[in-house]
Amino acid sequence: MRITEHPILDEPLYQKKVTLYYNGQPIEAYEGEPIASALMAAGIRVMRTTAKFHEPRGIFCAIGRCTDCMMIVDGVPNTRTCVTFVRDGMRVEKQEGLASLKTDERGMDYAKN
Amino acid sequence: MQKISTEIAIVGAGSAGLCAAYQAASAGADVLVIDENALPGGQLFKQIHKFFGSREHQAGVRGFEIGRQLLDRVETSGSKVLMDSLVYGLLPDKSIGVISQDKNYSLKAKKIIIATGAKENYMAFPGSTLPGVMGAGAAQTMINVNRVLPGKRVLMVGSGNVGLIVSYQLMQAGAEVVALVEGAPTIGGYGVHAGKIRRAGVPIFVGHTVQKVWGDGEVEHVQIVALDDKWQEVPGTERVFDIDTLCLAVGLNPMTELVWMAGCKFAYIPSFGGHVPLHNEDMETTVEGIYVAGDVTGVEEASSAMEEGNMAGVAAAHALGYLTDAQAAERKAEIRQRLGTLRSGMFGAKRKAAKEQQLDAMQDCQKAAV
Repeated sequence: MRITEHPILDEPLYQKKVTLYYNGQPIEAYEGEPIASALMAAGIRVMRTTAKFHEPRGIFCAIGRCTDCMMIVDGVPNTRTCVTFVRDGMRVEKQEGLASLKTDERGMDYAKN
Repeated sequence: MQKISTEIAIVGAGSAGLCAAYQAASAGADVLVIDENALPGGQLFKQIHKFFGSREHQAGVRGFEIGRQLLDRVETSGSKVLMDSLVYGLLPDKSIGVISQDKNYSLKAKKIIIATGAKENYMAFPGSTLPGVMGAGAAQTMINVNRVLPGKRVLMVGSGNVGLIVSYQLMQAGAEVVALVEGAPTIGGYGVHAGKIRRAGVPIFVGHTVQKVWGDGEVEHVQIVALDDKWQEVPGTERVFDIDTLCLAVGLNPMTELVWMAGCKFAYIPSFGGHVPLHNEDMETTVEGIYVAGDVTGVEEASSAMEEGNMAGVAAAHALGYLTDAQAAERKAEIRQRLGTLRSGMFGAKRKAAKEQQLDAMQDCQKAAV
């Protein structure tokens, strides 16, 4: 849920509305905000599941330390969505386990690195 | 790998790093600040409450306003600030590994100031990994920076200043804080903050802890329980709340990885958040030319982080010959006096004792080396 009224804060940092795709579904987001913030605003709280027990994980630290919010962003797995910023048309997928280490759209083969 | 160089490299563009940069660059040194985040200011821009202390510490000014002023000062000082750039290592020859814009750099500096801050502690209980359990600082980032509410019904764990302030800020942003839970028998933070949330009707359960959290794939309920004077759960005192978010404000720990890599000596000081690097009055560690400032030296608060940054910046610039001995001595004395004020009184005494323990350990270490 977006905070639209606030007793202290003035204009929000992010202004330009764009579209983010979560598992193929379009959601409204602001350009430049963290992906995790746009997902939270849309009520999406599960970012990934763990490799061994398939337990859900969501935002914990929001400053890029804990890795609980890793998702597949534009084909790149293990992307920390709390410190990766929204661009128009970005594709974000819930990550199951460690995600497959295939190639992303830049042609990088993660399995070899 | 491209080699780059500067006179003073500062890791971290938060309260401490920016103050160090301002001091060193205005003294005339060539300064480069590196930070992995997109925007400078560290945690200052999520602090919308008014700061405490004396006028020199800008009491009554809100954290984000202090952040804006600091950024202006750093800009006019001539210091360079490289954001979105990750320092991944500090090698034995003191070269700094940096990744910026997908490129790998080896940075050489005559003096290095590490101001990497701290991260939030975690607390384990059944259900603590469910989505909806988050750090209080994370909730603060979401509401005050990103303007997104993490939940509608929140339970806060921890009554230090972070727990109290973030509870109030969650309410300002439109959430309901159903309760605040504190394991200790008394409230940890300032009475003025506790009073604000009490007046707003939030029950504060001291001597209580979280027993478990559960829900269908995310947080839906929490059960708390009273603790006796030996911190054991008291059966029959359980209470259940329906919530969607649980915030943990159970302390922070210094992010010391680079300081360990540099080979600096440490002391274990629990009230500072764990292992903290030894340093002298100039903020220089046991490794010559490597300084530390702010929460990485032991978790305190933003005002003392800024003063430690000032000290490290002055000391590093002086060591490079940018200030006369007299100028440096005068500035250091002023900073030391302000740090003393911050570490005084009922709430500062514990931090003062911890800092003295750290400085003493440094002296012992230097004596042993002679």
